[in-house]
Amino acid sequence: MKPMQPLLLAEFTATSCIGTGVAPTLLSLLEQRSGLTHCNFETVTIDTHIGEVSGVDAQRLPSQLRIFDCRNNRLAELALRQDGFIDAVDAAVARWGRRRIGVFIGTSTAGIMQTELAYRARDPVSGALPTAFEYGTTHNSFSVADYIRQRCRIEGPAMAVSSACASSAKVFGAARRMIEAGLIDAALVGGADSLCLTTLYGFHSLQLSSPAPCRPFDVARDGISIGEAAAFALLERLSEKVSGESVLLHGVGESSDAYHMSAPHPEGLGAKRAMQAALNAASLEPGDIDYINLHGTGTPSNDRAESQAVTSIFGPTTPCSSTKGATGHTLGAAGALEAVISALAIRNGLMPGGIQTTRIDPTLTAHYIKENRRAPLRRVLSNSFGFGGTNCSLIFGRAG
Amino acid sequence: MNLSGYVGGVGVLGPGLNDWPQAAAVLSGKQPYVAAPTVLPIPAMLPPAERRRTGRVVKLALAVALEATSNAAANPARMPSVFSSSGGDGHICHEICQALALAAREVSPTRFSNSVHNVAAGYWSIATGCMSESNVLCAFDASFVAGLLDAMTQITVDRQTVLFVAYDTEYPPPLHAKRPIPDALGVAMVLTPERTARSLACIEVALTEESADRMADPELEALRAAVPAARSLPLMRLLADGVAGRVVLDYLDVSRAAVQVRPCV
Repeated sequence: MKPMQPLLLAEFTATSCIGTGVAPTLLSLLEQRSGLTHCNFETVTIDTHIGEVSGVDAQRLPSQLRIFDCRNNRLAELALRQDGFIDAVDAAVARWGRRRIGVFIGTSTAGIMQTELAYRARDPVSGALPTAFEYGTTHNSFSVADYIRQRCRIEGPAMAVSSACASSAKVFGAARRMIEAGLIDAALVGGADSLCLTTLYGFHSLQLSSPAPCRPFDVARDGISIGEAAAFALLERLSEKVSGESVLLHGVGESSDAYHMSAPHPEGLGAKRAMQAALNAASLEPGDIDYINLHGTGTPSNDRAESQAVTSIFGPTTPCSSTKGATGHTLGAAGALEAVISALAIRNGLMPGGIQTTRIDPTLTAHYIKENRRAPLRRVLSNSFGFGGTNCSLIFGRAG
Repeated sequence: MNLSGYVGGVGVLGPGLNDWPQAAAVLSGKQPYVAAPTVLPIPAMLPPAERRRTGRVVKLALAVALEATSNAAANPARMPSVFSSSGGDGHICHEICQALALAAREVSPTRFSNSVHNVAAGYWSIATGCMSESNVLCAFDASFVAGLLDAMTQITVDRQTVLFVAYDTEYPPPLHAKRPIPDALGVAMVLTPERTARSLACIEVALTEESADRMADPELEALRAAVPAARSLPLMRLLADGVAGRVVLDYLDVSRAAVQVRPCV
């Protein structure tokens, strides 16, 4: 791929089990605090840990948008209200125009929990779902993107990207193309994925979720902890707003494994290809990357494949870690959440050490860090990979 | 930058629409439209172990993607793709929700892996060995134009050939009552930045506030209105006619897409 024009990450916000908004998120990272707790979600009886966001159920959507009411859109609403994000979107609308801003939201399951609940309340005779159940504005993958565009009164092109756990990294690629093509000037990008029974029981059935809090890169790692999150950013063309402190999106790299639906390529070939494509798009060399926020799910196969891929490009010295020991694997929201964590890392000169991990697997050659490190960071790479063998790497960096 | 490029090969499969040559004859009025349930072929391009696991959505998407790449004489192993669908595999979704409503909550691991929205793109990459990027979208009823816009930005910005696949399958009851898609329908096209020997037409896409065009035939119009991927039918008709023209396709509540078509003859 040819080099891309860098874009300004003008605003960003994130809500996960380690914090509602960026200030508590940063504090949790600084204090190496995890938000994972033993699962007592809804009626779920699996022995596992989850990253549940508090206060989601108490959220209320604006009355004219009640048709969108579901856990996923409540989580999106909670996240949108943090860090003055809605005001920033309003300012972008005033500057660029409603039609010149696009909405690109990643999700894997959107509001499917509404359907799970509706299936428990079927008519005993006809089997019909409850009359009050709405499919399009809750269950459908587009519902969260549609909610956000209506909530923020944005009228440009809109899409949900739903490619499993790479979804909300790949939104940056779709937004980048549309801005560069001149169809829009700015994009509201991000991801929102909430806890539901499909993913909790589904990952359990695949024996991919751990009973303990997940331990990425640990010698005894045995699976993921499912979390939920919503994270958003305003991506804009470069303008006079850019200062030395600004965080830019420098590169997006995407690839497919072409290997298996639910297992990564054993040597991480797809992951390697995505990272290399991101470096090419950013016109950077491997040595220009100061820190890598790994996909690092804590499954034996992901961490092995990712470590190989990282080492094959960056060698054994570039510091890297996974923040999923803190946040859990937030699936379709992970790419956007970790993009925000990468931006916080750059802004605060913080490489967040990977928590929950006690003994790093000696067969993994990537330079995994467990303790926080403070150092000026110019360029950070963030990885997101998903079922179906879909991979996306993002590179963020300082403008100055 | 104009969003323009060339349609190098087309694939179609839907109720009463068996492939592109037959669909083109129907759409251009040379054959009557005879509604019939969509017949989905077994995806022979997949290894046998994978083939057994595929549901209707994968069979549909792979069939039209294969037809489009064959008609374009293009190598699918080197082609980025855009897969756009208004929903995932409705039958798998139904089975998972049904299992979760029972006390045992036994979810099949294969069904769970195949429940992701990008299941068709995943199997397509396995079948073709294609390691290029694939973007997998959903925009509910706006999914066709959402995918077309993404594919057009790839060919104009990155100057690369892109496979675009739009496809929808039905939900079984009881979800069918809430999302009444009548049958499986998919369309695919290979879009190229430059004209090739196989180019059917040059297309240029722009957003508009005009109303979407309808199909003259009442049955085809009903299909257009019922299946998101069939919102493409006015464009497919123009491509089938092989004449220059302009169509307006359904998109979001606030905008539609105007497509200018110039045949390559």
